[in-house]
Amino acid sequence: MIDILDGLKAAFWLVISFDAELWEISLRSLRVTLSALIIASLIAIPLGTYLAVQRFRYRRFAISLINALMGLPPVVIGLLVYIALSRSGPFGVLNLLFTPTAMIIAQVIIITPVIASIAHQAMRELWAEYHDLLISLNTTKWQRIVTLIRDGRRNLLTAALAGFGRAIGEVGAIMIVGGNIDHVTRVLTTAIALETGKGDFALALALGFVLIGIAIVVNLAIHTLSRTEREGRW
Amino acid sequence: MNRFLLVAIALLWAQVSSADNMRLAVTTSFENSGLADVLLPAIKTDIDLDVQLLVVGTGQALKLGAAGDVDAVLVHSKEAEEAFVTAGYGTHRREIMYNDFVIIGPVEDPAGINGAANVIDAMTNIATAKARFVSRGDDSGTHKAERALWAAAGLNIQDHGDWYQAVGSGMGAALNTAAGLNAYIIADRASWLNFGNKKGLSLLFSGDPALYNQYAFLPVDPVKNSHVRNDLAMLLEEWLTGARAAALINGYSIGGEPLFVFNATTD
Repeated sequence: MIDILDGLKAAFWLVISFDAELWEISLRSLRVTLSALIIASLIAIPLGTYLAVQRFRYRRFAISLINALMGLPPVVIGLLVYIALSRSGPFGVLNLLFTPTAMIIAQVIIITPVIASIAHQAMRELWAEYHDLLISLNTTKWQRIVTLIRDGRRNLLTAALAGFGRAIGEVGAIMIVGGNIDHVTRVLTTAIALETGKGDFALALALGFVLIGIAIVVNLAIHTLSRTEREGRW
Repeated sequence: MNRFLLVAIALLWAQVSSADNMRLAVTTSFENSGLADVLLPAIKTDIDLDVQLLVVGTGQALKLGAAGDVDAVLVHSKEAEEAFVTAGYGTHRREIMYNDFVIIGPVEDPAGINGAANVIDAMTNIATAKARFVSRGDDSGTHKAERALWAAAGLNIQDHGDWYQAVGSGMGAALNTAAGLNAYIIADRASWLNFGNKKGLSLLFSGDPALYNQYAFLPVDPVKNSHVRNDLAMLLEEWLTGARAAALINGYSIGGEPLFVFNATTD
């Protein structure tokens, strides 16, 4: 119990004093995760919608595959990305290992299935509603997908935020591909693991509270900016 | 909203690039000792070199070196290091400093190792008492040293029962586990002194010459991996074996207790 109180106290002072290091790793966490989120959303949302609209032979298999990939442990993805980006691996020449870019790549692979799966689920219901209308208007496939994405944006936002939550709290994969290098690839989650290893539970907990705070602020900000909770907008 | 998002993204991406930097894989015991926080800023001011530390176990550190993902390694397991050089992954092995391993355990000392004649006795006492023992289990330098000690005591790890628990994690995490289980554990002195969660544990045995722990610096061979910054690794080696490093390493202490002894020789 004392530990948790100490953690809250330490978190409070870190935030109040605008601790330079805390700012640095918090901003890096945000930078990596938001970049991964944008890239993953650009892939996953059209993919999820396409799977809802289009019928093709291996559709069921593709959906099952995406759902299964959601359960893949991040450490495994981290290891695969590490092997690919290692100097002795196929993409070694790019010199991306132990950089924020490597962490973004790993996170994109981790959260794309999450976003695609939730997006597909939401789009399927919307498609059932819109099906007759869009068919009778003789729309092209592309028009159908765009319409669904536009009208289902609230659900898609939920899908994206689920991806954000998974990415910002992730530690296993980015520890391997980023290496937790001070001032280069250290983010909140890897710093928490490091401080726990040093036995400094108060600081580790404080960073954890900061992480929760950032997640809440980002969620609120996105909801406010996209006006999801206002009436009569859609 | 879109404009705001663009500005936010632009701000997040605005980052400055840094000067000359090299990557050094070090052991968790070195990082957890806190010495890195003393040496790295001095290296930056003296030779304007940003050393990026990858904190892993000795086994993984040598693996990173072999793949050419780091420019040099600083580890503590002589046999594995010599094999690394023999296999052509490293150019040479340069001894930098040493400290010692210590046996940590519950204050009550159920196995009675406090006051044991030597480390063999201490290990045997733990095994006889079947007192809980936490092993690093991650092929790190400390883990290799621990296995060597069991072997020296004529005991086979496979024969150990439930009381022997390999956790497969870094020095600090393993110490946390030992604190939670109230178990014995072998740690390097520096990590122990710098460890913040000591409750219920204390240093019970140390001082046997068999517990000597040598740290060595190994630059990765650029012949196998041409992109490796061997020039920077050599620059760092020169600094690490120099007078300034000697003063900082010998002068580093926690609670008045010195942690490392500098022993690099100039050739």
